[in-house]
Amino acid sequence: MTTLLIRGAQLPDGTRTDLLIDGGVVAERGDGLTKLGATIVDADGLVALPGLVDLHTHLREPGFEASETVLTGTRAAAAGGFTAVHAMANTSPVQDTAGVVEQVASLGAQHGYATVRPVGAVTVGLAGERLSEIGAMARSRAAVRVFSDDGKCVADALLMRRALEYVATFDGVIAQHAQEPRLTEGAQMNEGALSSELGLAGWPAVAEEAIIARDVLLADAVGARLHICHLSTAGSVEVVRWAKARGIRVTAEVTPHHLLLTEQLVADASDPYLPRYDARFKVNPPLRRDEDVHALRAALADGTIDIVATDHAPHPVETKECAWQEASFGMVGLESALSVVQAAMVDTGLLEWSDVARVLSRVPAEIGRLEGYDAPFEPGSPAHLTLVDPAARSVFGPGSLRGKGVNSPYFGRELPGRVIATIHAGVPTVLEGVLRAEEEVSHG
Amino acid sequence: MPARVVLQQADIARALTRISHEILETNRGGSDLVLLGIPTRGVVLAERIAANLERFEPGSGIVGSLDVTMYRDDLDRHPTRTPSPTRLPAGGIDGKTVVLVDDVLYSGRTIRAALDAIGDLGRPRAVRLAVLVDRGHRELPIRADFVGKNLPTAVAERIYVRLGEIDGEDAVAIESSEGERS
Amino acid sequence: MRHLLTTETLTRADALAILDVAEDMAEVATRAVPKLPTLRGRTVANVFFEDSTRTRLSFETAAKRLSADVVTFSAKGSSVSKGESLKDTTQTLAAMGVDAMVLRHSASGAAEVLAASDWIDAAVVNAGDGTHQHPTQALLDAFTLRKSLHGDASRGRDLDGVRVTIVGDVLHSRVARSNVWLLATLGAHVHLVGPRTLLPVGVETWPVTTGTDLDEAIAARPDAVMMLRVQQERMHAAYFPHEREYSNVWGLGDDRLDRLPADTIVMHPGPMNRGLEISARAADSPRSVILDQVANGVSIRMAVLYLVLSGSDPREAAA
Repeated sequence: MTTLLIRGAQLPDGTRTDLLIDGGVVAERGDGLTKLGATIVDADGLVALPGLVDLHTHLREPGFEASETVLTGTRAAAAGGFTAVHAMANTSPVQDTAGVVEQVASLGAQHGYATVRPVGAVTVGLAGERLSEIGAMARSRAAVRVFSDDGKCVADALLMRRALEYVATFDGVIAQHAQEPRLTEGAQMNEGALSSELGLAGWPAVAEEAIIARDVLLADAVGARLHICHLSTAGSVEVVRWAKARGIRVTAEVTPHHLLLTEQLVADASDPYLPRYDARFKVNPPLRRDEDVHALRAALADGTIDIVATDHAPHPVETKECAWQEASFGMVGLESALSVVQAAMVDTGLLEWSDVARVLSRVPAEIGRLEGYDAPFEPGSPAHLTLVDPAARSVFGPGSLRGKGVNSPYFGRELPGRVIATIHAGVPTVLEGVLRAEEEVSHG
Repeated sequence: MPARVVLQQADIARALTRISHEILETNRGGSDLVLLGIPTRGVVLAERIAANLERFEPGSGIVGSLDVTMYRDDLDRHPTRTPSPTRLPAGGIDGKTVVLVDDVLYSGRTIRAALDAIGDLGRPRAVRLAVLVDRGHRELPIRADFVGKNLPTAVAERIYVRLGEIDGEDAVAIESSEGERS
Repeated sequence: MRHLLTTETLTRADALAILDVAEDMAEVATRAVPKLPTLRGRTVANVFFEDSTRTRLSFETAAKRLSADVVTFSAKGSSVSKGESLKDTTQTLAAMGVDAMVLRHSASGAAEVLAASDWIDAAVVNAGDGTHQHPTQALLDAFTLRKSLHGDASRGRDLDGVRVTIVGDVLHSRVARSNVWLLATLGAHVHLVGPRTLLPVGVETWPVTTGTDLDEAIAARPDAVMMLRVQQERMHAAYFPHEREYSNVWGLGDDRLDRLPADTIVMHPGPMNRGLEISARAADSPRSVILDQVANGVSIRMAVLYLVLSGSDPREAAA
């Protein structure tokens, strides 16, 4: 086990301290700590965050290893400061049985870059017809608590009601991908003047808002908790705000890209010579309007939106090097998430670093029922930490990525912040800004 | 770069008058003559010659224009040219003596293109060529039948033909520079 | 002009240049030998990922009248049905030596993606991309309008003050989109008429007026009425109840034809659904310019091929 002595880190609450990491836990906290033989990490000027927890990651294994594997995806996670990821169920075979979720979880444990928490499918094969083995997955060694058909909406109201009730039995939560399927048949981008001009089938905001409205009412009716994946519209914010005011047990996430990017990237009207229809900006839910971005930021700042989750969605390059309609939906996001949150929320004065710790670590862990993230800097707690240099700035490029996917929307964009160290269960996965080798991580 | 004027308005008028006489003489009169100007300035010159012919021999000043843009072999060596209209006289050119009129004869490639264009438009009895200025440097076996002025030039020099109808004044000038060919 | 991708960014001067060159090209068609040597030695590839015999034939005729060699790639029965991509197909054609690609694709933006990519060097002419644009169709419509208003004196004229009513499925129509921007750029006033379900969201930001009442639009005495083709499959997606209702409310039937001012022309991009959006009498009436549109299509496409394939390469000039 590595012994690390972190010197002079600034905690999210602003206090400055040394931290001794030993035996996989935070061993000591205070000023002027010393420890013979410890690796010294000079954290002067760095912010120490609790290890980041992503509630929404696509690791693609099993089945789509050309896009990502558990190993490459968790390496990307570590590079982005994450120590735990929730792996979405749309693998092949689908994560709808205890066997598959246990396999995914154990692959994560074996590689050691991050804790992998599989998300179980709500319905068999994500087909939206029959409930999957929710109980078996919950009671498996993977201890699944988040269930989602992400990529597809649980559109059938009866099935959704039953799912909400049934997962409550296991203290689980349904994470709904809110997309009314009929309203979004063939949809390509946010519905509006721009989609009409570009001749791309529109994705109306109401297709998301109608499902959220229905589901918060269902959750209320059956007294279950509900999580909404990747909220993307100002209207969705209003519905969630109303639901929370009524005491409905709903949590909501927003992706980094919906906090920073708008539909204008599909066709920047301010510059007629910029290429349009660049499929790197094709994502589900689609990039929305400027006013949606501002509503989402405000909602994250005031707590209406609980967390940020990446929806890291790697794809092979050929599925983006094509016409927009033929391209896959999705963006990689693990490596850029913290920088984007800093740019959109911290540097704009909307969030403090303590809020970042809340929306990117403590609350996603709570929603996922992931233990060990409630008191991250207290002696005795598992050592899941991230050291970030908020003063760094760099141009994001393919070299910034560590997973298999290169479908990032941020290439060429200057972003703030840099992950200097990531420590997962006492083991550094990133040190001095460099992702550590597999054998160093898996053997501790 | 200062341009040196080599023909003034009166010189140009004299040259065109002479060419007009020569055309009538060679053609043994004004019957079955069609003047086709090559845009842009060749059309103006053709109209002036036609006006002369009309004075010398009424009914002989039949004039049209022949655009050769679509027949050029150097389309990818110059910025895109916008073609000008081709206007043939009502009687067409079949069996007629066509006199092509252009301002400057240089490589001969424009005239080559014009001959191809004429071939697609009809079958004249004969085709003649009248130019205001022959500056030499031919790249094809083409020569003019009627020449206003022979002007030996260097390749690096440029010839400017200015005509009142287009440019507000009549003049031919040479500019010595490293510029491209006109 | 390096490519022709959309009418949205065409300037008035660019558009007029194309229309005027097309005037010259139209004259060629009247000659004994309707052929020019202009593009001898050049190869134009018709790359049709989506079937369209009419557009393909029109481009092929245009290219051949300019003496270009023409190769045709048609998705039907080719490797595209086995999933070959835009990139692979166009790179394969480029490797064979192609100077211009005329691209028809079911995906909106395909021509722009191809032109912006580094996959090929050839000029790209958009021959219809999804529900986005079909710029040569709009250009031939503008040409036809101008010709019907100004005849032989068309050259150099724009469409200032000309009132054009476009009727039907604007939502799915690349013809309508292309025309809206081009006609507006040329100074025309465009009025869109159709059921609310078939008018695009955000249409209020377009340089047009809109309405739902065809009779009202006809009473306003437009200079031209352009009927859009109705795709039969739209009915199943609940855009309108059935053919008869569509035909009664938005079709150019005989009674509406009779109410049109005598000098209003009737246009249709083809292929027509006779009896649905347009009656047989309207289609065949003297005021119908539908066949002129087809003939003018060849002249416009000749002009476009000439303009994208002539002129020194700006990249070489810069080098």
